[in-house]
Amino acid sequence: MANTIFWIIWVLIIASAIQVAFGKNLIHSVFALMGTFIGVAAIYIFLNADFLAVTQIVVYVGGILVLLVFGIMLTNKINTARISQSSVQKGLGMVVVLGVLAILLTAILGYDWGQYSQPLAFTDTVRGIGQLLFSDYLILFEIASVLLLGALIGAATLARREQ
Amino acid sequence: MDHLTSYLVLSAILFSLGLYAVVTRRNAVAMLMGVELILNATNINFIAFSKYVTHSLDGHLISIFVIMLAATEAAVALAIVLNLYNDRGHINLDEANSLKQ
Repeated sequence: MANTIFWIIWVLIIASAIQVAFGKNLIHSVFALMGTFIGVAAIYIFLNADFLAVTQIVVYVGGILVLLVFGIMLTNKINTARISQSSVQKGLGMVVVLGVLAILLTAILGYDWGQYSQPLAFTDTVRGIGQLLFSDYLILFEIASVLLLGALIGAATLARREQ
Repeated sequence: MDHLTSYLVLSAILFSLGLYAVVTRRNAVAMLMGVELILNATNINFIAFSKYVTHSLDGHLISIFVIMLAATEAAVALAIVLNLYNDRGHINLDEANSLKQ
């Protein structure tokens, strides 16, 4: 049962990512991106990352996706819900991307992962993440807070229309 | 299902699709969507390795910081895109090849 659900999600992620990369309609691409984000959150649950799954939905679906929709709506003259988009250098891009994919798949499938087949049993990750965040990763956490403040001010300054 | 390879292959395909969107899309917002796909692919890798290889929470922490960086990157990049639109009336990346008009 869980196996079937896993592969359904697996296919859903790839299918919606294909729509994001190849779709002609920008709005459809954004909604397909929502499918990818939610699918990845489900994959996080399969990987025992309960806190990250919720974070993924809150930050990506609730934040970044809305930001992207705002970006689309503010940069197009909207009359219909059909905002088309185009691609350039498709052939060359496809060659490069297929080359990268071939290298990655060769590396992944060529290695014997048998010694790593024992997964960690599920435990609640929130407590561990909180403790690590304020011990081993404290400096990173503080730098992240300064970065967030800088990005907030920078984005507000950049986006303001100069009078 | 409980196999590291299925996650790694998913991540590799997701990364490739994101890379394709980044290198071929003309619209700046569509290119940003490709960047988000790439960041999601890396996160899947980090957490899969955390479950199957290191058996620790370090991959989760790195993923949290990646998600945070993705949020800041999206905010700043969209501010730049809005400026580009105000300047030129379009956000086609292949035509935005000069810093000043």
